[in-house]
Amino acid sequence: MLAANIEYYKPATIQAALEQFYLLKNKRKRPIYYGGGTEVLTLGRLNLIETDAVIDLKGIRECQSFEFDQEYLITGAALPLTYIEEKNLFPLLTSSSMGIADHTARNKITIGGNICGQIFYREAVLPFLICESKAVIAGENGIQIFALNEIFNETLQLEEGQFLLQLLTEKRYIHLPFVSIKKRQQWDTGYPLLTVAAVKVEDQIRFAFSGLCPFPFRSRKMEDELNNLQLPLKERISRALLQVPSPILDDIEGSKDYRLFVLRNTLNEIILDLEGK
Amino acid sequence: MAQSLVKKIGVSLEINGEQRQVEIRPADTLLYVLRNYLGLTGAKPGCLNGDCGACSVIVNEKVYKSCIMLAVEAVESKVTSIEGLSDSPIQKAFVEHFAFQCGYCTPGFIMNTHAMLLHEPHPTYETIKEWLSSNICRCTSYQEIEDAVFSVIGRDK
Repeated sequence: MLAANIEYYKPATIQAALEQFYLLKNKRKRPIYYGGGTEVLTLGRLNLIETDAVIDLKGIRECQSFEFDQEYLITGAALPLTYIEEKNLFPLLTSSSMGIADHTARNKITIGGNICGQIFYREAVLPFLICESKAVIAGENGIQIFALNEIFNETLQLEEGQFLLQLLTEKRYIHLPFVSIKKRQQWDTGYPLLTVAAVKVEDQIRFAFSGLCPFPFRSRKMEDELNNLQLPLKERISRALLQVPSPILDDIEGSKDYRLFVLRNTLNEIILDLEGK
Repeated sequence: MAQSLVKKIGVSLEINGEQRQVEIRPADTLLYVLRNYLGLTGAKPGCLNGDCGACSVIVNEKVYKSCIMLAVEAVESKVTSIEGLSDSPIQKAFVEHFAFQCGYCTPGFIMNTHAMLLHEPHPTYETIKEWLSSNICRCTSYQEIEDAVFSVIGRDK
């Protein structure tokens, strides 16, 4: 339960959501958009999120799309993760999604909520980063489409009042060979030491990481080293590890050194799998 | 008289097949409303953080942790709490297999298993494991809980 009082709105259209946001802002309120709400409620209970109005996006039809058009898979931001898993239109996304939280929680967690959350891990973004997806953003300037790799820099770079509406993924990426691995110190549920999603596009492997740094990321510098076939695999991985962004997490889930050890072995496993050796 | 700062709204919630009118704050979780406004104390407050599953209820045939759901989100939905199950096969199986010790987590496990069986009447072991990993039993009756689930689906692990 949130200690503070909030107002709750569930608009049925994009326009109504945006109008509600700016109406509340003009009344000097602190509105936030609300997907599954799991993070709003857990952090709000601890007074780590301050809001006095939530705008629930689950009533907006475009946020609930999950279908192919001629060119793209359209993934609505308000889809619960278990819905995405059950439909399984994008196997890499299904695989990454199934590692998040637990099954019951994933009935509530939405794809957009995970990507836009404050939690370090946000594994749902990894498949979209390596498949060069596009982010459809609604805001006062209307609907805009951005390359996700340009607009996602540690967090989704949204301006005030904007919200993530959909993600568009080209059909050609949907059934490429992939690996999605989540490593924990123990148990099958809980926060990871490391999550890696990788996809093989022609002769190159693309990688995105979560749990290594306080943000999910895809690194072209790491990919260049890992795809350098002129060097032995061990050397490729050693050189890639030098390109890991900082800071590397060093917490109760695992020390920095242990995370790098796990990363080294995981990269070895993924490359052997996707290079077919 | 001091003016109340608590802003409440009137909503109608369908709980266990019955329409209940209740005044809630939009900030109230479904768990809080069930227990404190409606007297349905079967869903248990455990972690209040979406981790333990003791507060699990079924909303429109899907299982949710009611501590991480606003009650206002359940308006126009069909909510089933443990009080809404009566002599269901999974309840009987829990009794017959002694699938509890202190019993605090039991309503959550039963609601989750009931939802799983609605969704998938013949689940694989992997499916059972995946679904029930959402709930924690601190008395560690996991083996007996598994036995109870397998007895309901009519086969061995």
